[in-house]
Amino acid sequence: MFKAKIYIILKPSVLDPQGNAVMHALHSLGHEEVADVRVSKYIEVMFNISDEKIVSEKVELICDKVLANPNTETYNYELEPVSDAEANKN
Amino acid sequence: MKYSVVTFPGSNCDHDSYYVALKRNNEVNLIWHKDTDLKKPDAVILPGGFSYGDYLRCGIIARFSPVIKEIITFANKGGLVIGICNGFQILTESGLLPGVLMMNRDLKFICSHQFLRVENNQTAFSSSFQDKQVIDFPIAHKEGNYFIGRKGLEDLKENQQIVFRYSSSQGEVSEDYNPNGSIDNIAGIVNKTGNILGLMPHPERNAQDFSGSGDGNILFSSIEKFIAARV
Repeated sequence: MFKAKIYIILKPSVLDPQGNAVMHALHSLGHEEVADVRVSKYIEVMFNISDEKIVSEKVELICDKVLANPNTETYNYELEPVSDAEANKN
Repeated sequence: MKYSVVTFPGSNCDHDSYYVALKRNNEVNLIWHKDTDLKKPDAVILPGGFSYGDYLRCGIIARFSPVIKEIITFANKGGLVIGICNGFQILTESGLLPGVLMMNRDLKFICSHQFLRVENNQTAFSSSFQDKQVIDFPIAHKEGNYFIGRKGLEDLKENQQIVFRYSSSQGEVSEDYNPNGSIDNIAGIVNKTGNILGLMPHPERNAQDFSGSGDGNILFSSIEKFIAARV
């Protein structure tokens, strides 16, 4: 099995009002050195597939079709092998 | 004429749309999102609400409901489709309309009256409006900040796809009268072929005697005029 750790990130050209609000909050706490904040989504997906290459293809497919909106978002991901014993703990 | 109003889990303006269409002496069917029979409508309404709790992104989960496939087929044959608020979000996520609806500039849910200027009164949905008429359609959304890339925006302008813009009561369009940060004050657009309309404001919430100016009726009247002329 594999765990995909997927990050959905706003494109740099897209304004992130949430990130701006968080940055202002950090500034008001005295963290003036904070230059920029971008808020993203993090999604974990477990795959019952043992071939890492196929998992990659699946992740990219579901990101392109569902998890990310190509108009405004990009994504990246990491794959982590998960043993059956570990998977069963959940 | 015949309207079909689609109900998704979490829709909450389906009965408002149903009631307005019915009161205007139309036949109206409510369609469950798992149905694949649209009941042969002249126009389909995707109503406002919070389909699937707005999980992941507004409209994305509803996009995979069985009824959407039928709506795409219906639209490809020239059928009229109107998406209001969450319905607009579903249309952009389905790829039936360009662009995307992002979180409002000020991160707040806005529920208020809103003036719009009619930018194109030559569509199936807007022909009963005067050119540049200022109308009042209420808004109620947190993700209504319309965004599209530069090239897409040029296309919308070139093809006269922008139907409504946020404005002042005098019809002035500027950032001062932009409630949610939408690019170019865009409140509603049609697709290239002009048979699909998406808009964030709610015409069905201003279409009764008790709801103010009743401007929403002009939109429904445009649709009914278009269908009557086509038949």
